[in-house]
Amino acid sequence: MSTETIAAEPAVPYEGLGRPIHGPRALTDDWARFWHLTYNIARNEFKLKFFGSALGYVWQVMRPLLLFGVLYVFFVVISGAGKGGNPGEAAYGVQLLGSIVLFGFFGEATGGAVRSVVDRENLVRKIQFPRLVIPLSIALLALFNLAMNLVVVLVFALISDVTPMLSWLELPLILTLLILFSTGIAMWLAAMFVKFRDIQPIWEVFSQILFYASPVIIPAESVREKLEHGEFHHILWHVYLLNPLVAIFQQFRHAMVNHATLSAGQLYGGWAYLLEPLGIIALTFAIGFWVFNRSAPSVAENL
Amino acid sequence: MPQPPASGPEPIVVQSLSKTFKVPEERTHTLKERALHPMRRSSHQSFSALKDISFGVRRGEFFGIAGRNGSGKSTLLKCLAGIYGVDQGKIWMNGRLSPFIELGVGFNPDLAARDNVVLNGIMMGLSPREARARYDAVIDFAELREFEELKLKNYSSGMHVRLAFSVAIQVDAEILLVDEVLAVGDASFQQKCFDVFNKMRDSGRTIVFVTHDMGSLNRFCHRALLLEKGEMVHLGEPHEVADRYLEINFGRDPEAAAKRVEEGRGGDGEARIVDAWVQDEHGERSTTLAQGQRVTVKALVNFLVDVEDPAAGLYILNEDHVAIVVATSSTEHERSGRFKAGESALFSFSFENVLGPRRYNPLFTLAHRGSGLDLMDRFEGAFSFVVTGPDATGGLVDLPVEVGIERSAATSAQELAL
Repeated sequence: MSTETIAAEPAVPYEGLGRPIHGPRALTDDWARFWHLTYNIARNEFKLKFFGSALGYVWQVMRPLLLFGVLYVFFVVISGAGKGGNPGEAAYGVQLLGSIVLFGFFGEATGGAVRSVVDRENLVRKIQFPRLVIPLSIALLALFNLAMNLVVVLVFALISDVTPMLSWLELPLILTLLILFSTGIAMWLAAMFVKFRDIQPIWEVFSQILFYASPVIIPAESVREKLEHGEFHHILWHVYLLNPLVAIFQQFRHAMVNHATLSAGQLYGGWAYLLEPLGIIALTFAIGFWVFNRSAPSVAENL
Repeated sequence: MPQPPASGPEPIVVQSLSKTFKVPEERTHTLKERALHPMRRSSHQSFSALKDISFGVRRGEFFGIAGRNGSGKSTLLKCLAGIYGVDQGKIWMNGRLSPFIELGVGFNPDLAARDNVVLNGIMMGLSPREARARYDAVIDFAELREFEELKLKNYSSGMHVRLAFSVAIQVDAEILLVDEVLAVGDASFQQKCFDVFNKMRDSGRTIVFVTHDMGSLNRFCHRALLLEKGEMVHLGEPHEVADRYLEINFGRDPEAAAKRVEEGRGGDGEARIVDAWVQDEHGERSTTLAQGQRVTVKALVNFLVDVEDPAAGLYILNEDHVAIVVATSSTEHERSGRFKAGESALFSFSFENVLGPRRYNPLFTLAHRGSGLDLMDRFEGAFSFVVTGPDATGGLVDLPVEVGIERSAATSAQELAL
């Protein structure tokens, strides 16, 4: 209810009633409850996965490791990708695993959010609570998994002779950007799926495209080598750089794995150019929140 | 309109509340359809779920919302709970509101009792620490201590409900909104629910309770609101609301009734029962009759040929098609006389209304003199009436029963028998 309609109404016949209630919203005034709900829903889901089966933890870690194993054998052992002497290919294994784990977070947070509101129909229609809790708890659950998987990456990195660096302190910043980007999309997807049920297969395909359009398997330097020349290629290269995951994964590799590789700034041709992916992250988050916030009051009716 | 509060704000005030749902005619559920037909206007019908509802609930009141399925009572409750937004009008809620309207919402079947209790507590507005601190109280009240490690999916439905209820009563809310809570659980559990609610109410909490069970409405509510097709039909004493509810529920469509009469016709057709109805003690036609009044059932008969000594029969059937009252005019008026073709006669049957509060379908027959089986006409399904009474005993009829207790010191059963 907008403030205008309140002002336009004649004086309320009841004294001392305060403000009338508004319907359901994405957010709340009770931030403690908001956080407790988000955290506990995510925690319960995590617990289910973790303790739900005998090999809970193993399965959780096995998924990225298996994918890593397949890709590593295929690209390093068979086609020899990591052996060209290109600085981008240094410590290819650690970079590959790290990117898989980061992309895993992105995929879980967004893919899991698509059906989240619809699947929790029972909650949405029976309890008043800030609606944003639902996609955020999905993102938080993905973050728990990411934390566990990053431990595996750390162990693997230390085995692979990556030495601890001061630039590891950049990790929170890199993760924050990744989280903002992922939750922005997650909010958008969760709200859209209520109206358009084909969002799920569309997003699955799109997510797959993003996987290959990010420097997970093929280092960004190798992509640049192929796309540097020719006008059309140049446009492609620019489109490639628009993907914020490129900047995020590139900086992750540079700061976490190997300083010999290009930093995100170098890859983009100057730190100022990073404003582009950063702007996209901010825009994604803003649009995602706006769309979700707008659909929140009526989502219980539209399910 | 509710009375302005004498002291302090009323916990719930609803002013001219309306709620409309848009029901799309063809629901475009996919982005593909939307993309292929961007120009197609999504046509939708508006469905008015609530129209201009105004009422107030007083502090410490047990307030009932009654209505048939689809009358808008659950929509109203969801508007109060803040689950649905309000289209027009305003709602004021003063006091901490319990955000759940159903027991056990949000329980995860794959988790054990503890996690579910804590999560449910947080949903209801407790902090995690408070929720954990109350866990023991919850599990003890539910008498589920020995099953606390079990996953909820392995609980019986009774255990499930017990746990849900035990969590629900831990909530510190000042206003409770409850939707058909009594639809679950056995009779003893329902009683337990109401005992707790009564206790809460006595401690100054306000309870809004949605039901279509008139029995519990009468037993527990101070006041009630009756909704029909989204509109307020009645606001007042529960028994008034219950009467109106039964009236609406069993009110019948006259055209359909006429059709049923034609289908139910029988006999040789030498006379026709043209109309039949029930009158209350003031001589008014009525379909809702209070217990204890004098009731008269009348039938108007047209004779098509000359008939000698006709006999009318009345059968009052209950919903199980059991004849509760059977009467025939031939008992007192065997020689009813000769009626000429074209003549009319009014037969009436009068009795003290001791019928149990239920719906009844009267059946009229008109027969030639004799066994009563030689029918001229049969008149069935034209109308029904509802008997209302504040104290339903559950018996088929509520006869005036005199109860006596005689105290006799140290008399054994054998002595009494002698």
